[in-house]
Formats: sequence, structure tokens, C-alpha cells
Amino acid sequence: MTATVSARGLNHRYGSLRALEAIDLEVGAGEVLAIAGPSGCGKSTLLELIGGLAVQSEGKIEVAHQESRSGRLRGCAWMPQRDCLLPWYSALDNAALALLNQGRSKLEARTDAAERFEHFGLTGFEQARPDELSGGMRQRVAFIRTLLSGKPVLLLDEPLAALDAITRGELQEWLAPVLAESGDTVLLVTHDVEEAIYLADRVAVLSPRPGRIVATVEGARGTSGSRDEVVSSPDFNRRREELLHLLRTGEEPTA
Amino acid sequence: MRLKTWLPPLLVVLALVGLWQLAAASGFMADALGLEEFLVPSPSEIADVLWQDRDLILDNAGTTLVEIVAGFGLALLCGLSVGVALRSSDLVRRAGYPLVVASQTIPVIVIAPVLVVWFGYGIWPKLLVIALICFFPIAVNTLDGLRQTDPEAVKMMRSLDGSRLCIFRRIEVPTALPSIFTGARIAAAVAVIGAVFGEWAGSDKGLGHLILQDNAQLMTARMFASVFVLSLIAIVLYALIGLLERVVVRWR
Repeated sequence: MTATVSARGLNHRYGSLRALEAIDLEVGAGEVLAIAGPSGCGKSTLLELIGGLAVQSEGKIEVAHQESRSGRLRGCAWMPQRDCLLPWYSALDNAALALLNQGRSKLEARTDAAERFEHFGLTGFEQARPDELSGGMRQRVAFIRTLLSGKPVLLLDEPLAALDAITRGELQEWLAPVLAESGDTVLLVTHDVEEAIYLADRVAVLSPRPGRIVATVEGARGTSGSRDEVVSSPDFNRRREELLHLLRTGEEPTA
Repeated sequence: MRLKTWLPPLLVVLALVGLWQLAAASGFMADALGLEEFLVPSPSEIADVLWQDRDLILDNAGTTLVEIVAGFGLALLCGLSVGVALRSSDLVRRAGYPLVVASQTIPVIVIAPVLVVWFGYGIWPKLLVIALICFFPIAVNTLDGLRQTDPEAVKMMRSLDGSRLCIFRRIEVPTALPSIFTGARIAAAVAVIGAVFGEWAGSDKGLGHLILQDNAQLMTARMFASVFVLSLIAIVLYALIGLLERVVVRWR
């Protein structure tokens, strides 16, 4: 199942505070779009608007060509910045949450989730409580929870921001093929320049508040080789410089 | 570890009882208060009465225990319902919260005789007095607990097809449980006071009734024995709820 996401003339205000301004956005089916920008520029707000978790002040959003807000909720699975694992459930039940919400039986939901645990290297931690898991494992459980919802659009809000640099690199390398395999359309909010380029087809750069899309940079998704090889290539370096320049100045570099 | 937990409070209690024993048995306490010695019983005399009149005291304690358990149950039912209802919408909370607070300002000693006039000498007035006292900590703690719900987790649930009921069951109730248990423990401790007030207003049985009778006959040792049993009931109830909490709220 694939779906496109489009936003037209999006404006959002919190009272008199302008959070987002004139956002136009197209994400193709199966595409990974990273959204980068300085803190407080409205990245997370943009994600919540697209997911139907908040309502924009002005403009139009379509997910899989459906405009209604409930349609967006149906189409998008949102993974919050904090993993929001529920301490009263085991890791497995946390991962199976969407299936349980959809009315599947406990046994069925757990069987499905257990398969992903095996696939994602979490075997043996099914019954662990969230506080017994490492940061990287928690994020993987939260990601399985999002994936198992079966929704065609994944909204990932800084999924790796809370991790240390080494774990973050490892999980980026883990996430890339997982996203390729799922075929889902992904919007990934991040302030990590390397992560944005490495995981995404395109990177949209937002300006400081009120957030506007300043430019879009090519990502390196699908480049063959290990993560270390990819991020140390001259091509990757050029994109990183370009992106950093955009983030610092809010302008395209002059050649 | 267990010894370290239990030993200090035990030593304090033993020391206080020992002091009381010395002061009462030597006649020092009665002298200091300017009273006859039989009016100032020592712990050993109280223990003696407790043993000799055990049938009478246990019989009355049974009546009081039934009142406490039933009244506490009623308070739990009402407190949880009202807590959940107040959480259901802002309008309900603003409209209802002052009433919940007002319920706590009702002087129970005054209302108890009125309840006896309305409902007679049976169990109902006692039950209502206990429920009135216990209701407040349960309702307020339920509401407070529910309000600690993480809004991010609720958004996550909504985005993962969580219905209002799913969010209530899987997020809000578990979040509120520790707070609800706190309310229940406070309620258990004050339920005993409610039972005594209820019985004082009009009854023919129960520890409160016995205390009133013994007071009229200056049987102070047996009054203290009844108070001791009442405290014991409160402590056991409190401990049972604590135990239940540890079983139910395992993630803490």
C-alpha cells in the first residue's frame, strides 16, 4: 500500500504566534522526505498537521488524495520524539498496540509483533519492560509499533534524536533497508544533517519561525555501500555543506 | 532490609508504650492530671481488658468492620465515577469540582444525626457518613491521576487507531492507578473515624457505640481497648490496599 502526501498553502498560528507560513509540499508514494530546520521552526507542527493530530489555520492537506482530517488520521502513523512506550506493557505488547487498538485478538497481535521482533534483532526481549531496554532498543520497539499499524504514511518526529552518536549511526544504518523494504511513504523530521541526507530521497529545509520551505536538497537514499562509505563520499560531503549553509543562512549557496 | 524498615518504628512504639506503662502504673500520670488512678489505665491494664472482654469487643468490631468495608466500597464506587466524570470534559469539571470540594466541608458530626433521622438506626446512616468522608480523597486523587496522562501518548494512540475507550483503558487508567491507590489508602485510614461518628449519632452496636457506653460508665481501660482495635482495623485496611497496589501497579 502506498500513498502520496500533499500540502498546499499551509499556514499555522498558535494565537498570534505564526508557526508555519506558505508551506507547499509534495511527497511521492514510497518516497522518504526529510524535514530539517532550526529548533522551534515548526517541523514537528508540520508533521502533526499532516497526521491530522492538529488542524491547520489555513491551507489544504491531502493524504492518498483524501482531504478529510479523519482520512489523514487513517492514513498516517505518527512516531513521537519521545518513544512513548507504555511502562505497564511488555515490549511486545507495546509493539502490538496498534493491532490491539484495531480490535485484533491478543494472540494474533502478539504473534505478528513477535515476528518483527525476530526480524529486527529483538528476540529474547519480548517480555522485557520498557525500562529494561536500551535507548536503541526502545526506539526499535516504537518503530515496530508504528510500522505494525499498517498505515501507508509514516511520520517520524526526530526518532533518533535522544540516542548517543554511535547508536544513532547504527540505527540509521538499520532504518535505511527497513524503510526500503516497507515501501511506505515517510516524512522524517530531524535536525541531524547527516541523518537527513543519508535516509531521505529529498531534504526540505525550513527557515526559523515562522517556518517556510527555503529549499530542497537531494538526499543520498539508495546509494550503495555501508553507511561509513556513503557519508564519507565527496558527493555526500557536498550535499552536507550545501544543507549546512542553507540551515545557517536560510539562503541557497552562491556558486 | 526488612529489619531496617520495621525496626525503627517498632522501637519508637515500644518506647512510647513503655513510658506510658511506667507513668501510669506508678500513679505519676493520675497525680499529674489530678485524677483517680482507675481513670488512667496503663497499657498492661488495657491489654488485660482486651483479653477478658474479647468476645464483646470482637462482636462489636465485626459490626463496625462491616460498616467500614461497605461504606468504603460505596465511596470507592462514587469517588471513581465522579473522578472519571470530572475528567470527561472541561465544562463538567468546572461545574462539578466546587461541589466535590463542598462535600468535604460538610461537618460530618452535624450531618450524622440528620442521617439517623432520615434513615433510622440501621447500617445506612453509618455507611453514608463513611462514604461522605472517604469520597473526597478518592475522587480528587482519581481526577489528579487521570490528569497526569501524557498528551504525547494520547496523540500516539489516536494516530494508531486508538478509540476514546482504548485511550481510557490503555493510557489513562494505568496512569491514574498509583494516584487512585493513594486516595484509597487515605480513605481507608479515615473510614474508621466515619464509622465512629456514624455510630455515635445513633446505634445499638459497634465499637463506637461501645466507646460511648464505656465513657458513660468511666470504663476508660475498655475505651482504650476499643480504640486500639479501631486503629488495628485502619492499619490492616491500609496495609491491604498497599499490598494490592504492589500487585496491580507492578511497573513502579
